[in-house]
Amino acid sequence: MSDHESTYVPKTGIERWLDSRLPIVRFGADYMSLPTPRNLNYWWTFGAILMVCLITQIVTGVVLAMHYTPNVAMAFDSVERIMRDVPGGWLIRYVHANGASMFFIAVYIHMLRGLYYGSYKAPREIIWILGCLIFFLMIATAFLGYVLPWGQMSFWGAEVITNLIGAIPMVGEPILIWLRGGPAIDNATLNRFFSLHYLLPFVILGVVVLHLWALHTAGQNNPVGVLIPKERTAKDTLPFHPYYTVKDGVAIILFMMMFAFFVFFMPNALGHADNYIPANPLQTPAHIVPEWYMLPFYAILRAIPDKFGGVVAMFAAIGILFVLPWLDTSKVRSMRYRPTMKIFFVIFVLVGMGLGWCGAQLPDAPVVPGMASFVLLDGELNSYLWLTRLFTAYYFAFFLFIMPIVGLRETPLPVPASVSEPVLSGGATPAAAVAQAEKKG
Amino acid sequence: MDRPMNLFKTVAAVLIAAVAITATPAMAAGGGAKHPRSGGFSFEGPFGRFDQGQLQRGYKVYREVCASCHGMNLLSFRTLGERGGPFWDPHAENAAANRYVRALAAEVQVADIDTETGEAIMRPATPADRFPNPYPNATAGAAANGGAFPPDLSVMAKARHDGANYIYSLLTGYVPAPAGLQINPGQYYNPYMAGDMTPFWTGDPSHVPPGGFIAMPPPLADGQVTYDDGTAQTVDQYSKDVAAFIAWASEPHQVQRKQAGVGVMIFLLLFLGLTYASYRRIWKGVAH
Repeated sequence: MSDHESTYVPKTGIERWLDSRLPIVRFGADYMSLPTPRNLNYWWTFGAILMVCLITQIVTGVVLAMHYTPNVAMAFDSVERIMRDVPGGWLIRYVHANGASMFFIAVYIHMLRGLYYGSYKAPREIIWILGCLIFFLMIATAFLGYVLPWGQMSFWGAEVITNLIGAIPMVGEPILIWLRGGPAIDNATLNRFFSLHYLLPFVILGVVVLHLWALHTAGQNNPVGVLIPKERTAKDTLPFHPYYTVKDGVAIILFMMMFAFFVFFMPNALGHADNYIPANPLQTPAHIVPEWYMLPFYAILRAIPDKFGGVVAMFAAIGILFVLPWLDTSKVRSMRYRPTMKIFFVIFVLVGMGLGWCGAQLPDAPVVPGMASFVLLDGELNSYLWLTRLFTAYYFAFFLFIMPIVGLRETPLPVPASVSEPVLSGGATPAAAVAQAEKKG
Repeated sequence: MDRPMNLFKTVAAVLIAAVAITATPAMAAGGGAKHPRSGGFSFEGPFGRFDQGQLQRGYKVYREVCASCHGMNLLSFRTLGERGGPFWDPHAENAAANRYVRALAAEVQVADIDTETGEAIMRPATPADRFPNPYPNATAGAAANGGAFPPDLSVMAKARHDGANYIYSLLTGYVPAPAGLQINPGQYYNPYMAGDMTPFWTGDPSHVPPGGFIAMPPPLADGQVTYDDGTAQTVDQYSKDVAAFIAWASEPHQVQRKQAGVGVMIFLLLFLGLTYASYRRIWKGVAH
């Protein structure tokens, strides 16, 4: 789609003058008329939703930074001052705090959509890898941001996560001190975390630009998963505007309704009450838990008995996503035509949620209270420790074994020759297709 | 998969899962504490509002009882007179000019510096002053209270799960320690307090009592604070009122937030209808 011909015609003298010097209006106009597969469903709207999330976070974050004080003695109170005395401050802060959760809900759906429809496969590997990089940067940014209010969970979360670096043999300790700006988490840590938390979103924005550039070079995937050859562009695509601006618009407003529901009616439901207790380095909270979106990775970390092993597993859980395009051996992109893989995919989604659930529990708590069990190696079998290990094993097996093996051995369903074939013939029978076309108006 | 209804269902499912996951650690943090009883507060729910009379009574309980040990350092006296606050007066020019607020502030002495001599002095507070702390620092507070510093109450309703109900339950929840529970002098048993009683329990190990130890003696007694509006002067009523006051103080703009939320939801609903109608019209006759 990179060879999408420009249809922009500068109408006025000023536009012609600008177009021959900096064709920025042409760039925008071409972007809006990009040929987009006509069969994209609502799962494809999460890209636009994520763009809204990123801009919301940056805009609210810049305003919050005008009122926030990155100092251990004043940070907590400055956040509360925003809530109390800055006009509209409560709104800006709640949008920012809940916005992080919304961002992760959207990114997880976006990634699972890519996984289901094979959007990472050739020729879209770079789009996927850049997306993984964005995800990794998002985790880092969210972690840094959670430290800033300087509540109990901020402090102890920072303590636990930075300590992980210290688990690296030989170089861990010096890196840890370098990262914290001293031997313990203190003012230097808070200050640099604030600086980095302000920096990283703009790095994310830069990678997003690359992500979109790669997307418009390789072309968007679609639910059928077949490539659109040049000669079928007219038949199989629609201009981005108005067709997808309006479709994305519907999804964005629905998403904003969910967002607003949290912001206005339960703004603290996704956070931990302990973070409204000012940070106290001398008092460890009963349970240190990260924000919900980190819980699956936190569970993987705790599943491994060795600390360094846990760190490796946690980073590997994200790292493995980067090489996903080369782990999948299937010739078919969309799992719509891969009935076997679809089952493993559904299990994978459930396992991911299960890992999140486990991450919030005490590892030695029983899964089924009162059920008799026995000690297996280092823990009761009926405990979250072993459930987490089971889920962790599936998480890695999904990428390392299931993907390559199922791809080679399964018999996929017949894949349509083109995007508009199943669309125009409606899938099963011609009669059903007519009925469906009528229903769709 | 192409229908917005399905998308909505999926988003709803994800939401429920997310809430379920996050609600769990909050419950876990309560340890073996009893789940708070409901105080039946007027400000709960999307349309809830504070009962101004209750907030005023709650302020009185705080000022006469709690304030002797607990600070509320994030609150200024002027906040009491803001819209939705306990002493909001629609006729006052602004919160600082509110006569109730000025009078209430003047009842409290705050530390200052004499502008002529530079010496430390005490003077009556003005609406611009913050609530003074009862102790010069946390160490002094701990030393005066058997080693346990009475926490600042400014954001207490947000710092505990189900905050207002928790405060109400804790204040009314003091019961004699069950037989078999070893209790140290200077400590009190409260089933709503976070903690783990297992190490102190000599009875049946499968029936460890819920709750924890708290260093605060039962702070309220019937008739302790005089109410001028005829409200019952009981521990239960005092607890409800002060819990409501702390809930307001923890987030003074919460009613404003919910009211704005109703407007935002109505706007978004209309916007959604308009956009969806445009969507149907634009895609009319387009096979997809």
